[in-house]
Amino acid sequence: MAKKVLMRGTHVLGEAAIRAGCRAYFGYPITPQNELPEYMAAAFVKMDDAVFLQAESELASINMVIGASVAGARVMTSSSSPGVSLKQEGISYLAGMELPAVVVNMMRGGPGLGNIAPSQSDYFQATRGGGHGDYRTIVLAPAYGQEIADMTVAAFDLADHYRTPVMILGDGMMGQMMEPVVLPEPVDLASLPSKDWLLDGCAGRPSRIMRSLWLDPPLLEELNWRLARKYEAITREIPDQEMYLLDDADLVVAAYGTAARIAKGAVHRAREMGIRVGLYRPKTLWPFPAEALAQMSRSIGEIIVFELNIGQMVEDVRLAVEGKCGVSFYGRPGGVVPTPEELARIISSTYHKLESRRHGGADISGEAGLRAVGSV
Amino acid sequence: MKGRIEIDKERCKGCHLCIGVCPKKQIDISEELNSKGYYPARFQEENLPDSEKSKCTGCALCAVMCPDVAIEVYRETKDENEPNDEAKEE
Amino acid sequence: MKKVFSRPRSLKETPFHYCPGCGHSVIHRLVAEVIDELGLRERTVGVPPAGCAVLAYNYFDVDMVEAPHGRAAAVATGIKRILPDRVVFTYQGDGDIAAIGTAETIHAANRGERVTCIFVNNAVYGMTGGQMAPTTLLGQVTTTSPQGRLARREGNPLDLSQMLAVAAGSVYIERTSVTSPKNILKTRKAIKKAFLTQLEDKGFSLVEILSPCPTNWKMTPSEAIRWVDESMTKFFPLKVIKDAV
Repeated sequence: MAKKVLMRGTHVLGEAAIRAGCRAYFGYPITPQNELPEYMAAAFVKMDDAVFLQAESELASINMVIGASVAGARVMTSSSSPGVSLKQEGISYLAGMELPAVVVNMMRGGPGLGNIAPSQSDYFQATRGGGHGDYRTIVLAPAYGQEIADMTVAAFDLADHYRTPVMILGDGMMGQMMEPVVLPEPVDLASLPSKDWLLDGCAGRPSRIMRSLWLDPPLLEELNWRLARKYEAITREIPDQEMYLLDDADLVVAAYGTAARIAKGAVHRAREMGIRVGLYRPKTLWPFPAEALAQMSRSIGEIIVFELNIGQMVEDVRLAVEGKCGVSFYGRPGGVVPTPEELARIISSTYHKLESRRHGGADISGEAGLRAVGSV
Repeated sequence: MKGRIEIDKERCKGCHLCIGVCPKKQIDISEELNSKGYYPARFQEENLPDSEKSKCTGCALCAVMCPDVAIEVYRETKDENEPNDEAKEE
Repeated sequence: MKKVFSRPRSLKETPFHYCPGCGHSVIHRLVAEVIDELGLRERTVGVPPAGCAVLAYNYFDVDMVEAPHGRAAAVATGIKRILPDRVVFTYQGDGDIAAIGTAETIHAANRGERVTCIFVNNAVYGMTGGQMAPTTLLGQVTTTSPQGRLARREGNPLDLSQMLAVAAGSVYIERTSVTSPKNILKTRKAIKKAFLTQLEDKGFSLVEILSPCPTNWKMTPSEAIRWVDESMTKFFPLKVIKDAV
């Protein structure tokens, strides 16, 4: 049996990155992810082929990532919400120059300075892209320590394979929580595919240009469509989700990351109340795993989208089901972490409203009455 | 010591900076436009055979000043000045 | 007759898009001449800015990566840290390095990054049509200082090179101009010394070059070089600002 170690989320991510061949890290202090740059600093100082640099800002750090990536290194940066906002222009350039990089966002309360408590309020920024231009960013959403390890390795491979920035979207709680994990085997750097596009001085080859400026519109259009084809391929090839207790489910809770762990507890409690409910947990947020959800939507009563924000992934769920079943939302923003019981009550009240609508019975609570009358 | 320059008429943008720095005032402005619509600089002794060129020394100040690398400079080397022995005896 | 002056090998044949009399053109040639002289072409990576000189990557026959506006020093840091034995230079205008890129440049200097910055100071934002820059002179009219720059309103011209000299990590900083063959050759010597500072692993080096911008100054090329000599050098005197090599 592979050896399990008890490690904090941020440390798992750092160790997994190093084992995935990450040899360059640029970052900046911001709670709640400080333990990651600290881990990288402590580890890289013992390695002679690794570069750790704390930059003067998150903005500078993403531009150092551009430099290191262009030079061929497996490179990572991490921050939390406000810091990730400062990196958006750089991420757009990474996408435009088709450069691989891993960007970690341990989300915290927002907008503005918000707070340092866990949140999921950067879903839109991550999945729609906070930078300018037609680009998408692969977004992986771990929920468990083991997934942090596995998805970090996947992030570097996906970044190199598709030549694109990849984001790992966690939150403040996940970064601090300690869980037993099996760490990945260290990759053999020499075995990684060579990068025939990198810049390291044109010895023995023509000089190369790495740019995203295409003044001539047809040339930029060509790049845009090339990126579009890449994003279509990614959308076909990598969507991933966990389907938990969904075979007989009448109600589905859709949630990711820490919210999904809370939802699992709520699902168990609701099951004990005799409610046939399951959990649909996207592991890739972009590309959103819409297919499985769309297929299920015909045979279920309602999807309750549960997020630690005021409602963002709910839009992707609505897009996926295209009205074939009801979609409601329950969220707790601001860094508040609700309990499974709280969500179980929401599941049960949703279930009873659904039942009363199905059997046409007069509904007791006024609000439900309205809904019974309305076309919802 | 004699020299000459070649001005790439198409590359020249008529900024005339070379004209100001030529110690022998050997560059002026051509009357013919180049394809981009500039009046390029013109080396006055351009059409004289090398033997009759007298003023340009190949000092290259014009080329150093030229923003567009439009000027190439040639200069007689020492041995070209003193023709070799056989030539002298003729 | 022997050819004594021709295009440097590190400069591609592509004609410059720069305006007639633009200082960028000369400075490109000088950087290429130094790269040739020191035999660095095959181990150099250049980082052009956003600005008139973004198209530098069409002219230098070396590996080039375009940096977001102002961030060249950070991109160069990333490259140099990964490839310490390569030569890395940034090529930036005054808006790029002394306005939006001030922080990245000061911190690269403070860290003593072994990179060389070529800072072309033409006192305006050229590519975007002649707006006021951090180095616009007092009283100088631009499209965004229509009454002439006023210290009380727009502050004084910013001397980034002096600021960088304070940073311990900066080792060699010189300000030159390209207004005459003599000044051009002095600029080339400064660029060479800056590259040598990097090659000898001494620290951060930067050459600030006062450069004419006839189009946006609405002058002829000859008037522009005179304006550099007579007006710009009053605020930005030509001198070695730091030499701790």
